[in-house]
Amino acid sequence: MKLNLVKPSKENLNTFVTLGSVLILVGFFDFLANTFLDLNFTGFLPGGLSFLTPIIIGVIGLHFIRIEFSGNRLLDKINTNFNSSNFNAFLSLLVIFALIKYIPPILNWFIFDADFAGNTKQDCTSGGACWVFVKVWLNRFVYGMYPDTEQWRINIAFFMLLALVGASFFVPAKIKKYILIFLLFVYPIIGLKLISGGDFGLEYIETGAWGGLSLTFIVSAFALILCFPVGMFLALGRRSNLPAIRYTSIGFIELWRGVPLITVLFMSAVMFPMFLPDGTYVDKLIRVLVAITLFEAAYMAEVIRGGLQALPKGQYEAAKSLGMGYWRMHFLIVLPQALKLVIPGIANTFLALVKDTPLIFVVGLLELAGMVNLAKTNPEWLGMAMEGYVFAGLVFWVICYAMSRYSQNLEKKLSTER
Amino acid sequence: MSNKNKDLIPQVLTVLFIILVLIYFTINAQNNMGNRGISFGFGFLSQESSFDITFSLIDYDGSHSYAKAFLVGLLNTILVSAIGIFFATILGVTVGISRLSQNYLISKTAECYVEIFRNIPLILQIFFWYFAALRALPLTIDSINFYDISFLNVKGWYVPRFIWTNFSLFVYSLIAATVLIIFVSKYAKKKRDEIGKQVPVFYISLGILFGLPFLTFLIGGVTLSFQIPELTQLSKTIYVYQGGVTIIPELISLALALSMYTATFIAENVRAGILGVNKGQKEAAASIGLTKGQILKLVVMPQALRIIIPPTTNQYLNLTKNSSLAAAIAYPDIVLVFAGTALMQTGRAIEIISITMLTYLSLSLSISAFMNWYNKKMAIKEK
Repeated sequence: MKLNLVKPSKENLNTFVTLGSVLILVGFFDFLANTFLDLNFTGFLPGGLSFLTPIIIGVIGLHFIRIEFSGNRLLDKINTNFNSSNFNAFLSLLVIFALIKYIPPILNWFIFDADFAGNTKQDCTSGGACWVFVKVWLNRFVYGMYPDTEQWRINIAFFMLLALVGASFFVPAKIKKYILIFLLFVYPIIGLKLISGGDFGLEYIETGAWGGLSLTFIVSAFALILCFPVGMFLALGRRSNLPAIRYTSIGFIELWRGVPLITVLFMSAVMFPMFLPDGTYVDKLIRVLVAITLFEAAYMAEVIRGGLQALPKGQYEAAKSLGMGYWRMHFLIVLPQALKLVIPGIANTFLALVKDTPLIFVVGLLELAGMVNLAKTNPEWLGMAMEGYVFAGLVFWVICYAMSRYSQNLEKKLSTER
Repeated sequence: MSNKNKDLIPQVLTVLFIILVLIYFTINAQNNMGNRGISFGFGFLSQESSFDITFSLIDYDGSHSYAKAFLVGLLNTILVSAIGIFFATILGVTVGISRLSQNYLISKTAECYVEIFRNIPLILQIFFWYFAALRALPLTIDSINFYDISFLNVKGWYVPRFIWTNFSLFVYSLIAATVLIIFVSKYAKKKRDEIGKQVPVFYISLGILFGLPFLTFLIGGVTLSFQIPELTQLSKTIYVYQGGVTIIPELISLALALSMYTATFIAENVRAGILGVNKGQKEAAASIGLTKGQILKLVVMPQALRIIIPPTTNQYLNLTKNSSLAAAIAYPDIVLVFAGTALMQTGRAIEIISITMLTYLSLSLSISAFMNWYNKKMAIKEK
């Protein structure tokens, strides 16, 4: 039977599949020998061509096995998913080869050649990552300069938060309301008092000593709780019929949205004290919290405004026809629905907020990323930048990825409910 | 109480409150500045700055004024933003299209890229590139060599310097080419609308774009030569590259981090835009006999762009604002030069922070004004 090499057909299925598989295997063999055994079978070819031989051979092989409706399910699956055209075959091979080439060194650095045991830099001898650095500094990465003997206070505050949030998922709706109110209005004060101390026999610990991952949580949690009501009122203000209020809100929102957070933090650090009576000292952390809150409130306002605009006009009219005033209409009818519409947007704003917290280093507060920066300049631990940033990146990634997944699920859930 | 009064009272209260706060702040600021012996004013801008900036696009040294230092910082901000936007767009569009690929490997790789780089704080990525990745580059003496014209080492990336003669003529020819191309495409559209004839606009434009500048080389006396950086030995152990242009590692890491981070958001916009085009549109286009390429160019892309462009401009704006993180790695952008060094030297917090914030604000507001205009122009005109 005559073989048409340009257009493989179903009649010669077996011949083509055998031919193709052999070629693909040859391509892989050449590549693997090149990468792992330092053997270059095609060294006699000019440089670029020799480099590309495995891919070229592989693409030809994949071309041979590209037979539509071959009847073989595995083959059909491969063809539709990896091999729908010559270009796709080329890309697939490129990705596979790149993965084979680069994943092992990364894994080696990360796990297999890494050092876990020991307490000093000298214990890191195997050439991979020196996780000893992270192990030794872990306490600082989580608690900052907070005294070791007092760290249980942060732990208790954190577990209290976990317990409250966990409880709010499982208790009946009637009690849930009270838990949420407690969580939003009472817990922040308890938590703050517990961590800062000063009363009840707890040692006072100044905010300069706070730091690490716990500070990331503190800043993001407080900024979120505080920016929500501010953002809500700004959103209502921007949709108000009263020109003075509307323009004030627009001006406020656009001002904060137009400048980078870092300049706002600079402002809170150097410009804001000039506006207060001489001698008044506002704690650094509080100034930062106010700055981040106002900044994020502007973004929150725009998200909530989106929800207000998406709500059908009929809802407003129905509330008015029942004789409700402005505030009752908004708090009982409009806002509950509008907020539900924009839960994903709120989650995204929160995500941005968490990713922005490292910026507080400009006023000298060191959360996780700042602590890594500090640790890597320690004379005993020079050259550990890679480990530190990879660790911090992983921690942030886990937090942010979990949150973005959660918000995507919410989005899906809410969109099917409607 | 009449309805009018009911509307008036909250407004008057708001305005009164704002005025009171402003007065309070002003009085305090005046007292504070009085105590420190400084007075409010922008006169300091013309004073000698007496500090150097490591990287400048224009001629600058310590003897120039603070205003010039501001300009240097602003230009550096614009430079890194422009580079970031350029690469973020290319990478973002590529990744966005890859995510829709039928090829399982390609779409998964693109997805991994987006999920990894979107969920790590930008500042950490900048730190990573600057303090970890670029510090691992070789020393000057064993630089990575790109075909003997460009060298990469821990001190930066050395590329050839372009030396032009009659550069202005070359620029004029580019402007003339652009104008000509606009005329050609207008003419082609008219021809198509009137008699249905297709003019190959793309090839003609390409010809003009390369042909006109090329002509200036042939007859206009424009020449271009390259100054290749050369390794010179300063002392026994100190080597530097001289000649050519140095791209400092701060700029490289900032541009890398900004473009890789922003690209993930642009990729999501591109994906959403292409997915947002109604399937019926493609089927309708196919049913009137358009080819696959024509469907993409004439039906899908115009509609997808309408969805893609507004959020993408927003991302460009974010990138520009995020470039202020440069201060963290000492890239001399407007925040570091002006709100950092200049503020430290003069102590004029109010003036300097206001100028810095106003600069960003005017940038943002002008871009959003442009966006509103564009959105209105592109909005579907319903009858």
